[in-house]
Amino acid sequence: MTDITILCPTGHLGFTPLEPESFRAGCALKPDFIIADSGSCDIGPYPLGADGQASPAAWQRHDLEIMLTEARRLGVPMIVGSASDTGTDRGVRQFAEIIRDVAAEKGMAPFRMATIFSELTREQVLGRMQDGATIQGLDGRPDADAALIGRTDRIVAVMGAEPIAAALAAGADVVIAGRASDCALFAAPLLNAGMSPATAYYAGKLMECASFCCEPFMGKESIFGRITEGDIRVTAMHPGQRCTPASLASHAMYERRDPFREYVASGYVDMTNVHYEQWDEKTARATGATFVPSAKPMVKLEGAGKVGERRLAIVGIRDPYTIENIDKAMDWARARLAERFGAPESAGWTVHYHVYGRDGVMGSLEPSPPLRPHELGIVVETVCQDAKRAEEICALASRNLFYARLKEVKGTAGAAALMSDEILVGKPGYEWTLNHVMPVRDATELFRTEFSTVGGAARKAA
Amino acid sequence: MRNMPTLRDLASTIRSKNAGVDHITFDLIFRERANFERVRDSGVLSAEKVAALYRIPRERVTDFVVFEPANAIKFTIRRERPSGSPGEHDVFGAQQYAPLFDVEVP
Repeated sequence: MTDITILCPTGHLGFTPLEPESFRAGCALKPDFIIADSGSCDIGPYPLGADGQASPAAWQRHDLEIMLTEARRLGVPMIVGSASDTGTDRGVRQFAEIIRDVAAEKGMAPFRMATIFSELTREQVLGRMQDGATIQGLDGRPDADAALIGRTDRIVAVMGAEPIAAALAAGADVVIAGRASDCALFAAPLLNAGMSPATAYYAGKLMECASFCCEPFMGKESIFGRITEGDIRVTAMHPGQRCTPASLASHAMYERRDPFREYVASGYVDMTNVHYEQWDEKTARATGATFVPSAKPMVKLEGAGKVGERRLAIVGIRDPYTIENIDKAMDWARARLAERFGAPESAGWTVHYHVYGRDGVMGSLEPSPPLRPHELGIVVETVCQDAKRAEEICALASRNLFYARLKEVKGTAGAAALMSDEILVGKPGYEWTLNHVMPVRDATELFRTEFSTVGGAARKAA
Repeated sequence: MRNMPTLRDLASTIRSKNAGVDHITFDLIFRERANFERVRDSGVLSAEKVAALYRIPRERVTDFVVFEPANAIKFTIRRERPSGSPGEHDVFGAQQYAPLFDVEVP
């Protein structure tokens, strides 16, 4: 029976540097594939919307260099998905450039690289809507309309295993993919080996976050998977970690609403009847997943759009009377802002007072009754289309706390401590506009694959 | 007088984290099967109970699951606004679990 081994060194390539020691221990076992995802929605909408990145370039290079060096030394394919945090075309090109740089610097023998692009333009999505496609909202969101697409700055489609499997089948030694389902990166070579989607995607689901599926809790350590049809064994590579039934099961429910289903473009993995057992000291075994294909492939779309320019200020309060009446002070400040700049909704600005020491962390979810802390820290956040106006609003929103008019205040020289009378420039505010799915005829049709030969010609003179 | 044990005493993991961009999911994982069953059967956790604990309408609790393979109880609430939008205070949703600590278990 076919037996495929996969080494996964990190659950988010570049976010913090991977740990080389357990990775090399995994390489010593001669894996058939080296695979890591580089994307996340956890980083918020800004990197996608502004087409930036959340990870420092130096750490991305660190991780890619270690993986590429070992993959070429072992002569096995390497797959990286959701390049540069978001999987935009910029991210794919950036990672491909790093691969070319490292190959040239190390004088690597020539190899084939596939780059798979997954970005969509607004016009492409609008065109599909005009052709009758419904861009269906996920997680209780309404379906997309033209206005929603209009306020989206950047869109990526999330690929399943199909385009990656095709690139591997065409001989790619290195695959740099745009936005992809984490588990699809692992599923691709397993599907090519003839395994069922159930085994392929389930193995990917278990392995995608590297050492997070082991115990005790450690990030960025490698794990090694040995997969045959219906049978997935995951081994911790760090000497201080183990993979156990409890750690695998606990990971299977991590970061998801439904611990029983994992959706990809072509259907979902059903984990209702999975079974975990200890295989050896550091290895746990998982069996029993099934796959339910969807009638029509549905590709997830992620999109982010700019809301406005952001400015921040930090204000502290120590006066117990002001602390007790902080809501009145903030209401007074808001009222003065509205007098000057117009009602927030119609004039297009917002102010958020984050009151640390009371409910700055949980906001309206905070169930604790208000206590009387001896001090409060308030982060004033303002957003407005116009940068200069955002700055003005932020300055007034914080200084108005200083000048707050409360009836019995004794400190008549200022009701707040300004950390510095300074307005901080925040990154522009973005929001997730698209968390939707779009029907397609073929799970590969939105994705564009390019092949190139890397290394060899660029070999440096010794 | 000794009080009843709390979830903090009985669970080995209590965590919260983004589940996609519109939800925060909460996991309570028990090392001891007996503790898991005690909490599961006590009725102190349900969609209604967590809605009351966080003082949100029942509809915002989108999922409540007893996940036997992990000795775990899991629920998910809809965010007020998508993660990372202006005004957001916990981009990763990672610090929303603390109120669960003091829930008493008969």
